[in-house]
Amino acid sequence: MSGANSLTPFLAGSSLIHALDARVKVPLTLAFILTVSFLPFGVWPVYVLLLALTVSAALLSEIGLARFLRRSLLALPFALAALPLLFTIPGEALARFSLFGLTLTLSGPGLVRFASIAVKSWLSVQAAVLMAATTDLPEMLLALRALKLPRLLAAVIGLMWRYLFVLVDEAGRLLRAREARSGSREGAPRGGGLAWRARVAGGMAGSLLLRSLERSDRVYTAMLARGYDGEVRSLPHPPLSARAWGILAAGLLLLALILFLSRWMVA
Amino acid sequence: MHHSPVLIENLVFRYPDGHAALQGVTLSVAAGEKIALVGPNGAGKSTLLLQLNGILTPQSGRIEICGLEVNPKNLARVRALVGLVFQLPDDQLFSPTVYDDVAFGPIYQGLTREEIDRRVEAALDAVHMRDYLKRTSYHLSVGEKKRIAIATVLSMQPEVLVLDEPTAGLDPRARRSLIELLRELPQTAIIATHDLAMVRELLPRTVVMDGGRVIADGPTAQILADEALLEAHGLEALKC
Amino acid sequence: MLPVFAPVQMHIPDGFLSTLVSLVLWVVSAVFIFTALRQVNKTLGERQVPVMGVLAAAIFAGQMLNFAVTGGTSGHLLGAALATIVLGPWAAVLVMTAVVATQALIFQDGGVLALGANLFNMAVVGVFVSYAVYRLVTGLARGARWGVFLGSATAAWTSIFIASLAAALQLALSGTSPANIAVPAMAGIHALIGLGEALITLGAVAFLYAARRDLLNLASGEGKSSKSVLIGGGLIALALAVLSPLASANPDGLEWVAEQKNFLSAAREPLYAIIPDYVFPGISNEAVATIIAGVIGVVIVLGVTLGVAHLRRGRKAERGS
Repeated sequence: MSGANSLTPFLAGSSLIHALDARVKVPLTLAFILTVSFLPFGVWPVYVLLLALTVSAALLSEIGLARFLRRSLLALPFALAALPLLFTIPGEALARFSLFGLTLTLSGPGLVRFASIAVKSWLSVQAAVLMAATTDLPEMLLALRALKLPRLLAAVIGLMWRYLFVLVDEAGRLLRAREARSGSREGAPRGGGLAWRARVAGGMAGSLLLRSLERSDRVYTAMLARGYDGEVRSLPHPPLSARAWGILAAGLLLLALILFLSRWMVA
Repeated sequence: MHHSPVLIENLVFRYPDGHAALQGVTLSVAAGEKIALVGPNGAGKSTLLLQLNGILTPQSGRIEICGLEVNPKNLARVRALVGLVFQLPDDQLFSPTVYDDVAFGPIYQGLTREEIDRRVEAALDAVHMRDYLKRTSYHLSVGEKKRIAIATVLSMQPEVLVLDEPTAGLDPRARRSLIELLRELPQTAIIATHDLAMVRELLPRTVVMDGGRVIADGPTAQILADEALLEAHGLEALKC
Repeated sequence: MLPVFAPVQMHIPDGFLSTLVSLVLWVVSAVFIFTALRQVNKTLGERQVPVMGVLAAAIFAGQMLNFAVTGGTSGHLLGAALATIVLGPWAAVLVMTAVVATQALIFQDGGVLALGANLFNMAVVGVFVSYAVYRLVTGLARGARWGVFLGSATAAWTSIFIASLAAALQLALSGTSPANIAVPAMAGIHALIGLGEALITLGAVAFLYAARRDLLNLASGEGKSSKSVLIGGGLIALALAVLSPLASANPDGLEWVAEQKNFLSAAREPLYAIIPDYVFPGISNEAVATIIAGVIGVVIVLGVTLGVAHLRRGRKAERGS
């Protein structure tokens, strides 16, 4: 009804990035995130260059810059976890606050560390957003298979993806049926405590699980009926084109250069 | 009882993906009236039913239930007035026992324990399932599940019953007994269905929908006799 | 579109864990997942793909089933305990792996490099701890009804709580959050979130108990491996429960232990020590270097923008002709 397909961040398109083989995109994304992780704190010029890379790739992918930036801020609330660093890293004092009789000293190195963590996280999320927006899950699995993801796990995830939308619809119908009966009398307070509400949600989870278990039986039978023998087979992947290899190598080289640059800067 | 418990005026609804499901539906149902909503799949029947309960809200037009406009402010009260029975009873029965499922609405309304028990028993009596109080909904037959699903809204003592395809998937005996049950219920009822035989037998008034519009609205006998109309909107005239 | 998948806040994004902590936990998680694959293959055989796949989808979709708490916030299910109780530990490891990995790769719920840590917390610690607690309580109850209910609720709460301790320690070890703040903060929040998990899991188990009691009988038909899981889960829970207050009470202690082994310095700094006042050779000012990088960046982005516009025009012209 409401289209569970709108749940997936994948945006079909025909851009250069969409057309790029997932076996190039996925390793490059992983390498990018690993590179960001290896970067020292406070190398702002390098961060700026990487930002230019992600934004350029986003523009090339034609998924809409605004949407890309909005989604990339997803992990921002987690920065709260790093907030204490502002005050706990020793160093030159930038400012002092008094809070509930507690004196907090904002230190320069603390600020550098916190801002670096936030920016590095933002860059990594951008890369992941870009990959998810331009690579459909089946393609991504293919690429992960090429990176030695166990075949069985790939098959499980593939089947999960297939039934996820069916079950999301099912869960949506359960929620809707609950909503439809959540009425109240004029002026009366809502009844049923927190524990009761949580247990109702639990009942829905239980019924979803049980129906899924039965569905898995039917899926299994249907697979058997078509000759499934427990062995997950897949078509051999076509070899990577020379051009794709070239892009992969160039991308990795660029990331290595950036890593080298950052090292040279701190040395 | 309100003289016109359901009033729909010029309802327009588009899904977020742009699909225009309702394109100006106007309908009024009198107290105690039982009407059929027929039409091909995708005609907008289910969408209309969800509007009656405020699960979906229209882009324009209005709905009044017992004189109360359906809007976010009145949502909770509207839901207490409209009992919506979904097509798949499994979606509606998500509690360990029949009692828990039927008690859901009354508990949510903040009633006392005695009142809840009284309502549950009355609702199960009404669907002739009193002995099923402690049973597990999960193990019941489809016909039994349908009855319990109806009981889960009867326990809220609604003014209007809204049913989506109540006879779908039932064997002839279960279908027969469900029709007899629907005949007994005194509430105003709106029933979306493809089961024209049931319509002829049970529901004096029929509304034909197609493409998000009301195509015809009149006495069932007259509409079911109009073979050209039925054919044009994906329905099949009854042979006898 | 996203609020649908906004479960328990335990998915660590990229950037918050040091490279070393991330990589080590990747290796650890991979070992557990490979073991789980072998074990499940033994017990389920050819049925494992359909069963695991559909149930992973069910747990994933089940995380949508929320309940109103207060002021617009709502409680959600993570599902590690529920999966463990219904499927047994090894299958639950696989189911949670599929769920957590997809959340990271597709929905950016948790990082990609941090996935190893998130898998460890939710698919390994969450599952093993659930299993140990559930077996312990049902064992004490000797098959009585209350044991199933109490066991599932405590398993759910403990799994969330202990997994959050693991996450807090990882953040502390990465130098992202001091242990004496991260541990009490994470533990406090998740002690509450765990209550929601316990109640939802209890509701689900009550439903299953009424409908298919046989599914909840974890103890039967499992071999030697279940005993090692039981002990392993208990040990993980115990270790984290003891270690995190220790680290929290004495963060310098954690530091001291780690420094003795030269681990912490390696874990904390991304490869090398930070020197905030670095210089671009030839350019003495950090700000100038950043501005130059910014200019280069803008030039790149502008070039790409022009390129894309050009390509689009070309495509349009092609369609037009």
